[in-house]
Amino acid sequence: MAQAVRKGLILYTFRRNKTSVVGVVMAIIIVCLAILAPWISPYDPIDQNVKLQYSAPSLAHLCGTDGYGRDEFSRILWGARVSLVVGIGSVLFSMVFGIPLGVIAGYKGGRADSVVSRFNDIFMSFPIVIFGLLILAIMGPGIVKIIIAIGVALTPRIARLARGSTLSLKEMPYIEAARAVGQSDTKIIILHVLPNIFGDILVMGALWIATAIIVEASLSFIGLGVRPPTPSWGSMIRAGLDQLTNAPWLSMFPGLAIFLTVFSFNLIADGLRDIADPKLRG
Amino acid sequence: MFQYTIRRTLLIIPTLWAVVTVVFFLIRIVPGGPAVAALGTYATEEQIRTLEHQMGLDKPVVVQYVTFLADLCRGSLGKSLITQRPVAKEIAQALPYTIDLTVAGMVLGILMGVPIGIFCALNRNKTPDYLGRVGSLVGISMPEFYLGILLMYVFAVKLDLFPVIGGGDLRDWGSRLYHLVLPAFTLGIVMTAFISRMTRSSMLNVIGEDYVRTARAKGVSERMVIYKHALRNALIPTTTVIGLYAGILMGGSVLTEIVYSRPGLGKMMVFAVKDRDYMTLQTVIVIFSAAVFFLNLVTDLLYALIDPRIEYH
Repeated sequence: MAQAVRKGLILYTFRRNKTSVVGVVMAIIIVCLAILAPWISPYDPIDQNVKLQYSAPSLAHLCGTDGYGRDEFSRILWGARVSLVVGIGSVLFSMVFGIPLGVIAGYKGGRADSVVSRFNDIFMSFPIVIFGLLILAIMGPGIVKIIIAIGVALTPRIARLARGSTLSLKEMPYIEAARAVGQSDTKIIILHVLPNIFGDILVMGALWIATAIIVEASLSFIGLGVRPPTPSWGSMIRAGLDQLTNAPWLSMFPGLAIFLTVFSFNLIADGLRDIADPKLRG
Repeated sequence: MFQYTIRRTLLIIPTLWAVVTVVFFLIRIVPGGPAVAALGTYATEEQIRTLEHQMGLDKPVVVQYVTFLADLCRGSLGKSLITQRPVAKEIAQALPYTIDLTVAGMVLGILMGVPIGIFCALNRNKTPDYLGRVGSLVGISMPEFYLGILLMYVFAVKLDLFPVIGGGDLRDWGSRLYHLVLPAFTLGIVMTAFISRMTRSSMLNVIGEDYVRTARAKGVSERMVIYKHALRNALIPTTTVIGLYAGILMGGSVLTEIVYSRPGLGKMMVFAVKDRDYMTLQTVIVIFSAAVFFLNLVTDLLYALIDPRIEYH
């Protein structure tokens, strides 16, 4: 009962926050476009046509064509797949490793805590982009490798959050009660700790997806992203940068795509944070 | 406080040692080392072996590590594997460009972000606040490199007000500043977005506090309430957060340097990755993490200066 009321309240707060509704709608549209890319993109994203090199945006080619005569609009639609898969995949990756690490550190305390926290401190001193760059330099390009690189870079950040939430939860009477009746630590963590810290992590999840998408674009922009000819927004912008004077659309449109995607997830994150922190509620 | 400062500063040494070690071993797992990168894929086995011997890469990794640490203790960062010049020299050349950019970006971020944040908080839920919030969300959703390209397109390509690429001549302050404007604003606008959000929310927290209400109740002028009672307290969390943004600042500077072809550390690092220049790569990465550590230390200490309630032991 109480849970249902709480759920209703969360939905209500979220819906009242118009900007986050806009974010959800935008994100849904982008996800749909990415899923439907093979059916709705007007041209093959890797089909070259030298005759059409650098043609300006027109009705036939909404966002123009690139140096190989490939349709920029189709490439942007396909590029959305890379961005979203990496964004969501790397956050899931970091949750799989970060949450257990953080929960164990926070729950057990003592030596486990200091080891995990020291490691977190060291790894968090690398800016995410630089850490991702280091990992990709080691493993080489490829979509799975980017997911791992960004996932590894995000793991200490998620571990830190999970540790903090667990620490404050540990003192709760119901955890103490569970311990008093003799429940094992494993059972307490699974039944009482994890479900209760999940809210905190979910609130940050949208923000991390936004971060991961920017980092993927940045790494592709640097030239360490997915292998060509697979379209990725970051590498499309990089290719467009050299043609900024005669074909500005080549960097402008993919940039707009990154911005809109990241913006939608940031809007959602803002709405979720307002729910979590009523003090900031507008 | 003095003791705390010393202890925190000394603590940087073991942490940096850990960072150096992690980076050192991580980059040596890479298949196809610098010799292959330098000679190309068509090089014969023998050529590669000769070059690896010259570079000292044929020795066991542990031996390389000990040599590297010993050199480091003597103050030598080693030679670049590709250009054969001392890494320290190359870094000394690149560093001013990166320092100019990061300092200017941070200063612009603070100068624009703090007033915007306060203004939004004071006009909570009115049009300026709404515009400020959306604006800052736009700013944090904008990758530095895209913003950089937009600014470059408008102000360098179309209006021809600033140079498109390059870092300028270091000895000529006019040229140095001229080349700095667009990159500094690129980084500065992104930092403004982060800082104004933080300032706004901490200002809102403070305005709700009892002592602000007390100040109003006892008849203190609104100006005094805002500037003396609220603002000074709101700046405390903002200061620490600026330290946390050091990472964003450093990462952003790498991308900004690439967009504008500034010959700074970020550009050096990306080339080092492509050339597999271990020596340069490990040093640059360590410099970036050291900068993040250092900024965090400075903000922690500033925190104690601004807030007399905090005492470090």
